[in-house]
Amino acid sequence: MIDIVLLTLLMVVAFAIIKMKDLFSVIMLLGIYGLLSASFFVAMDAVDVAFTEAAVGAGISTLLILLVITMTGRSENTTRHKPLLALLVVVFTGALLIYGTLDMPYFGSADAPINNHVAPRYINGSMEEIGIPNIVTSVLASYRAFDTFGEVVVIFTAGIGVLALLSVVPRPEDSKKITPVNDSMHEQYLVIRVVTKILLPFILLFALYVQFHGDFGPGGGFQAGVIFSAAIILYTMLFGLNTARKVMNQSVVQLIAAMGVLLYACVGVVSLLNGGNFFDYNVLSNDPVAGQHLGVLLIEWGVGCTVASVMIIIFFSFAGRREMQQHNKYVDNKDQESSL
Amino acid sequence: MIMDLFNYWVVVVLMMSGFYIVIAHGNLIKKMVGLTIFQTSVFIFYISMAKVEGGTAPILAESISQHSNPLPHVLILTAIVVGIATTALGLALVVRIKESYGSIEEEDIQQLDEQAQVESEQKTANGNQV
Amino acid sequence: MDIIINISGALCLIIGSFLCISGGIGILRFPDFYTRMHAVGVTDTLGAGMVLIGLMFYSPDFLIFSKLVMILLLTLLIGPTTSHVLAKAAMHNGLMPELAQNDNNKNMD
Repeated sequence: MIDIVLLTLLMVVAFAIIKMKDLFSVIMLLGIYGLLSASFFVAMDAVDVAFTEAAVGAGISTLLILLVITMTGRSENTTRHKPLLALLVVVFTGALLIYGTLDMPYFGSADAPINNHVAPRYINGSMEEIGIPNIVTSVLASYRAFDTFGEVVVIFTAGIGVLALLSVVPRPEDSKKITPVNDSMHEQYLVIRVVTKILLPFILLFALYVQFHGDFGPGGGFQAGVIFSAAIILYTMLFGLNTARKVMNQSVVQLIAAMGVLLYACVGVVSLLNGGNFFDYNVLSNDPVAGQHLGVLLIEWGVGCTVASVMIIIFFSFAGRREMQQHNKYVDNKDQESSL
Repeated sequence: MIMDLFNYWVVVVLMMSGFYIVIAHGNLIKKMVGLTIFQTSVFIFYISMAKVEGGTAPILAESISQHSNPLPHVLILTAIVVGIATTALGLALVVRIKESYGSIEEEDIQQLDEQAQVESEQKTANGNQV
Repeated sequence: MDIIINISGALCLIIGSFLCISGGIGILRFPDFYTRMHAVGVTDTLGAGMVLIGLMFYSPDFLIFSKLVMILLLTLLIGPTTSHVLAKAAMHNGLMPELAQNDNNKNMD
């Protein structure tokens, strides 16, 4: 019952996003969409996925698009022509897809083909072979470690891409302006700065808890990395980009991102050198189950480091670009005034 | 049969609304939002397929005998994080397009491109004459 | 003893749901941004708090009870801060609250 209500609400939100012209409202609706899908995933017993979708889809994604519309403008031009051809294509494709779903096994059936081949082997073999209760973590980190390796490399590549497109060399006179700006802003932002300073250690502690508790409950490297970077982004938003760059040196953060990927790859290479296959954790220690535990711990740590560092790098790049644009606009205005 | 396949039909509706936003709206940020809606609808599709009636979350505990299928959960976990990585890269490209062209509407960008192409053709024609 | 715990838990959950619904009605019916935010801020913090207290009555062991206490403390800290930040942002951008017209009362005095 509750999943029917949630799916109907999702459709309503999607239609509202199509109709709206104000991009700020569209982004807020996108955040609601992410939160509703996270609730739907909980109703479908997918707790790890719900955790990740709530952190990434309703948290970081909304934040990044909001940051971009402060640079690109808030409203959308109305189209002058009626998009009749697009509507026809969409309806035709939708009809074909619905015809395709008529052959699918009914929702929730236990004898569907998807539940009969590899899944029972993972569910039954997880406790003896790997020994951790969370089956999703054991599949992600051990049975399908190669796919997770590809994912970590993709995140790292996206971080490099954003750095290549948006990085700005920081000017040396900015560091002298930090203390006076901080004091003048303190009066204006007093309440939220105090509350943030109270909350920040708890958010970081919660990120570490999620990282190491991922073997026993929902959690793991991805969620922990996103929560850690959310704490740092909160600090940056309230205390200024220059202060945050002094607290977290950007070259150290970039180094940690690379070291996360390197740690992940080295676990695989060490298993090769010890005589097993690539990412075969049984040979990492004398006892196979202890070797599996060690392998899962190390690669989750690598994933958490890389995800946290790349999210911080992406936010710093966008915020630094925005500051450069505002500085250029200010310099242009001053030149126009002095020439008039 | 409607209730049994309701999840999949809702997924098709959401997918098509995301697709419509991508092809019918000109604003680049709106297109990125449409892509995100499309992605999330595919996640809902996979997770609906993984649910087993009467099962619980795939975490081993003493009193539980029937689990939902964990394999699609793993695939979607990867897909969510890859989705945010590509969204971040797309947004970086939008910022640079705004800096170069001054606008993020598709029609304005195409107009400026055509103008620049016409001007460069005129310049080469003048250069050949001289 | 069990019956008292069950009934108090159910009562807290019902009060929490009613507060959340009234917050939703408040968003739709109130005329001004500041009054709408007051409705949402008060009723959402109190509503979520009541639901959490109701769940505390039903918790089977101490670990779940302590986790619910921590979530309640965080909700009580973050809810009012969010309302404050929204109101401050609106004031900073120039959105003035609609005040009642007091001219008739002043003339009569």
